[in-house]
Amino acid sequence: MTSEKQDELKALALRVREHIVRLSTDGGCFTGASLSCTDLLVYLYADFLNISPETLDAPDRDFLFLSKGHDVPALYGTFAELGFMPKARLANHLKSNDSIYWHPNRSVPGVEFHSGSLGHLPSVGLGVALDNRMRGLTNRTIVITGDGELNEGSVWETVLVAAAHKLSNFTLVVDRNHFQANVATEDLIPLEPLGPKFEAFGWAVQRIDGHDFAQLEAAFGALPFSDDKPSVIICDTVRGRGLPSIEARADRWFCNFSSDEVVELLKELHSQEATTLTSETLTVR
Amino acid sequence: MNYEELIKETALADDRLIVMTAENRALIRNLPAVLGPRFIDTGITEQTLIGAAAGLALRGRIPVVHALATFLTLRAFEFIRTDVGIGQLPVKISSFVPGFLSDGNGPTHQAIEDVALMRGIPGMTVFAPADEADMLGMLPQIWASPSPAYVRINTRPSTYQHTPFEMGKAEVVATGTDATILVYGMLFEQALIARELLEAQGKSVGLVNLRTLKPVDEAALLQVVQAGGLVVTLEDHFQTGGLYSILAEVLLKNEQTAKVLPIALNEKWYKPGLLSEVLEYEGFTGQHIAQRIAEKLGANPAAITTKTEVVENEFAE
Repeated sequence: MTSEKQDELKALALRVREHIVRLSTDGGCFTGASLSCTDLLVYLYADFLNISPETLDAPDRDFLFLSKGHDVPALYGTFAELGFMPKARLANHLKSNDSIYWHPNRSVPGVEFHSGSLGHLPSVGLGVALDNRMRGLTNRTIVITGDGELNEGSVWETVLVAAAHKLSNFTLVVDRNHFQANVATEDLIPLEPLGPKFEAFGWAVQRIDGHDFAQLEAAFGALPFSDDKPSVIICDTVRGRGLPSIEARADRWFCNFSSDEVVELLKELHSQEATTLTSETLTVR
Repeated sequence: MNYEELIKETALADDRLIVMTAENRALIRNLPAVLGPRFIDTGITEQTLIGAAAGLALRGRIPVVHALATFLTLRAFEFIRTDVGIGQLPVKISSFVPGFLSDGNGPTHQAIEDVALMRGIPGMTVFAPADEADMLGMLPQIWASPSPAYVRINTRPSTYQHTPFEMGKAEVVATGTDATILVYGMLFEQALIARELLEAQGKSVGLVNLRTLKPVDEAALLQVVQAGGLVVTLEDHFQTGGLYSILAEVLLKNEQTAKVLPIALNEKWYKPGLLSEVLEYEGFTGQHIAQRIAEKLGANPAAITTKTEVVENEFAE
């Protein structure tokens, strides 16, 4: 990836993070979980997936399912920047005049399916990948899950079934930000060694830094990793990435900042100097 | 024509139809060879089965999913509600051995809250055919509808010549002034017997095969109530949430009341065994039903002496 391209994606990701920070007030949102997958979503929509506002009905377009639906601010921020939705629509967050709330839904063009309950969209994506294969199409189906989401048994059902069907057009992406809602994953339900787990289930695995655009390009560009296995890309990420004051903290999952704090946090995004936060943070939603 | 032949014929004529199962192949054993990739067995994974069906439906397919009624409606309930229900996707649920049809399996397999659960999902339609012929007459319209659908699969041999199915309409078999039996599913054949036994005792007894539980045929229910006799709700389901509850809702909504005898499973699972044993033990044979109604009507139940022969269940799965 050229350095110009990297700079372009970084600038785009910064604007998306600004949207996330602005959504983290007046009721708030899942700020930490959104910031960890921002670079991933920006890379996928801006540089990899064959999806655009103009080609949503194209027979050969790709499918991306956001199974960890609580990071929807990152998706909507990306959509607003890439023209899937007007930026002004983000101001309707949590308002009854629109359908912009804490989890995605199909009233926003580009959202493939609603989510919010964890462990659902791997199976829905499996159905879409089976359909595309039946039709002889080469569309890619990508499902993004959280790492805490891997606690759900339904995910592993689908992991078994996709391997049984040798679904090489199906890719799971794990936003491995090392936290579930309230605590570090390894302190609650340890997931490591995660790559070997997927390998043992018959998947082809790559593990990368989910904030490094060159690594994202190298991994996604190598899909499918196998002709007769589904692929998984484990993206090591940092919860709250971009805001040093909330990075990698168990208590900064759902955030509802004051309007003054939002102003400070927008500065922090650019300066990378931690802000002092006093607002109460809700960790359970 | 049987279930497998019907689904095969439908799938061969319409490539949107996908036959799916969570390794419950009792009714569809011969279809993998015929349908190739349009036969999808996900193994014993009811949640993934329903999620994948939702994904296929998103792409314009009509998935007909097969698994045991209790595992579909309970293990995969949230997937049905959240993926199929919120998505309003045309996933067609073929629910195997519902109600008394799981006979010898025991309470783990007794789907006797399925109607309550499925009708609670906005937009879900719910069907319970009386027997195989009734079911084969209903399924083409159910599969052709854009709505998600739950069907209590019933392959019991028919003992009655049914009228053609009309979506949302009940089949009125007979009207009566002393009592009317409202029934759905496999107990229809016992209701027919019960009606004959009561008629032989000089009682005028109506019989309605509900067929569709949601949307229910309100007009048919109100007509029965307006006839003025005892209304019997007969179901192999918990008393809560099924037909008895549906009738109560319809009555309240229309500011009416009626004398109602619920014959259902009241706060209990049923004794497992051969179907004949189950119906005899739980009091759901034609004879027992007739006796229970006779008693409620103030007649002598002991006068109904003809023991009912019950045809055993075809499936042991």
